[in-house]
Amino acid sequence: MTITPLEVDHRSGSGSGSILEVRDLTVTFTTESGTVSAVDHISLDLREGEIVGIVGESGCGKSVTAMSLSGLLPRSARTAGSVRLHGTELIGAKEPVLRAVRGRDIAYIFQEPMSSLNPVLTVGRQISEVLQVHERLSRKLTRDRVIELLTLVGIPSPLQRIDNYPHQLSGGMRQRVMIAMAVACDPKVLVADEPTTALDVTVQAGILDILRELRDRLGTAILIITHDLGVIADIADRVVVMYAGRVVESAPVDELFARPQHHYTAGLLAASPAPGRHAGTDRLQEIPGLVPVLAVQPDACTFAPRCPAADAQCLGSAPPLTSDQNALGLLPGHAFACWHPCGKPPTSAKELKP
Amino acid sequence: MRTYLLNRAWQSLLTLILATVVVFLGVRALPGDPALALAGEDRSPETLAAIRLQYGLDQSIPVQFGHFVNNILHGDLGTSIRTGTPVSSMMRTALPVTLQLAVFAIVLATIVGVGAGVVAAAKRGRPAEWVANGLALIGLSVPHFWLGLVAILYLAVATGLFPASGFVPFTENPVENLHHILLPVVILGTGLSAVIMRQTRSATLDALSADYVRTAKAKGLRPSAVIGRHALRNSLIVVVTIAGLQLGELISGAVVTEQIFGLPGFGKMTLDAVFQRDYPVIQAVVLVTATAYIAINFLVDLLYSLIDPRIRVGGEAA
Repeated sequence: MTITPLEVDHRSGSGSGSILEVRDLTVTFTTESGTVSAVDHISLDLREGEIVGIVGESGCGKSVTAMSLSGLLPRSARTAGSVRLHGTELIGAKEPVLRAVRGRDIAYIFQEPMSSLNPVLTVGRQISEVLQVHERLSRKLTRDRVIELLTLVGIPSPLQRIDNYPHQLSGGMRQRVMIAMAVACDPKVLVADEPTTALDVTVQAGILDILRELRDRLGTAILIITHDLGVIADIADRVVVMYAGRVVESAPVDELFARPQHHYTAGLLAASPAPGRHAGTDRLQEIPGLVPVLAVQPDACTFAPRCPAADAQCLGSAPPLTSDQNALGLLPGHAFACWHPCGKPPTSAKELKP
Repeated sequence: MRTYLLNRAWQSLLTLILATVVVFLGVRALPGDPALALAGEDRSPETLAAIRLQYGLDQSIPVQFGHFVNNILHGDLGTSIRTGTPVSSMMRTALPVTLQLAVFAIVLATIVGVGAGVVAAAKRGRPAEWVANGLALIGLSVPHFWLGLVAILYLAVATGLFPASGFVPFTENPVENLHHILLPVVILGTGLSAVIMRQTRSATLDALSADYVRTAKAKGLRPSAVIGRHALRNSLIVVVTIAGLQLGELISGAVVTEQIFGLPGFGKMTLDAVFQRDYPVIQAVVLVTATAYIAINFLVDLLYSLIDPRIRVGGEAA
């Protein structure tokens, strides 16, 4: 074997500024048709003030990853591995410990701001709740802080809006309320699960601006989960590409867009529209085949059935996440899980043997 | 909010007027000449004319309706053909019994039903849910007249803990009143609470899988706050709907329970009137029942608007 799988070091010095360290996170669900593994040995790091994007298609395990960070998955889920927040292990932590973390250290913004806000409580009430649970402020101070938060996320006339119900606000406003709720206690980590998917493009841009501003002002580390490469290109510093429960590639954002190594990443990029392309004349490329059912398949590349470069090796053993910067001229921090990366012409298994 | 309530109030009033018209015409539509029926043996034209004059039957239907409404507004519901007592005074003794029974039973049923329903939803798949479900099944499948008879046998006749039948007005002796009403309230309430429990459970389960509950959990709220403040509030609409329907049914038809416990209530009075073809009483009963239903509906609408702000602004642009 000429390619030596290296232990990837995309943490660039463990512990140096890493707020959140995820190691070998595995989530399995027990269903009637057997055990399904939704997340398979995922590792990633989040540093202070960093925006990391997790990208992948529906069902690749990105939301499950997000939910598992603070133990929000249903009881049917089994979580293994390690999630450390400032060194504190969260996997297997007791419920009161996790409750103290949720909303205060790790906060969430969800897709669908309509259904994610409670229709029968005023937005002010819903934001105050977080403050009351974690900060125990007086009523007056809580209200002041809520108004301050609404102003921070760019809601006009917060004094009136504080007593509105979610249905009285537009989609973009609701998502701003969600953000105000999430940042109420200055969380160290903000997990935004498809924060802009349900919104208009112009509103999307506004929401992403707010997230960027929060990062700049408060140094919040943001994990943004999306299937939209446009959002990733717009906001993320680093990207983690997931496929069928595994990380297939991880790189700084420009690097990933310039030199994708995994064929899935390359396929995703080829499938997204870009300015300059003409609809009708230039068809977007699609990735053939379907996402596999998330059964446990330990010894194969999960993408192999759909991959143009797959061979016997890919079906016989799962490629580890490696970085091969020297051979391929990649930047530090670029890792991929592929036996036949795009950067080199596909080689057959025979040639790889010495 | 005000527009909504005014709208509802106006609709209720309209329904009430329609109900009055229907009751009035319904009685007029019955076959046979009421004057002939009242005259009995003596069917001379003079007697018939006298009767028609006395009851205003010689006047046109609209005028008669005017009298009818005027009488109702003055609290005059007519006189029982059988006993000669004014119907309004019969109502005054029977209605409080039934109202007390119905309201107490529904309050008990709601407290027990909502409590058990929430526990069953929150403890899904655990022993607490099985217990709650099992009790609800028993409550639903055991007929309450049988439960009532068993209760009388063991708790009243055998041990003398409770009186087996009868009623004491609250104004006369509050303690005795409660003593008499307790057993029927519990018997009636258990069956109703089972229905409320089932509905609360499924509504709460729905709410618990909603996105806003996930948000509430992600805020770090305790399970009690997640369920109490976020999930339950959203499932209360269902509870209020069911309880409102049940209350309406109770007022018009707690007949069996009243019969078993010998309560001189509205149901018993209705039953007697129907068997004795006491038309003025039946007419009054229908009118009072309709009014009760309309009032309960208004109350339910009011509660809806308190629970769900989206209903409050209904007409306005959201």
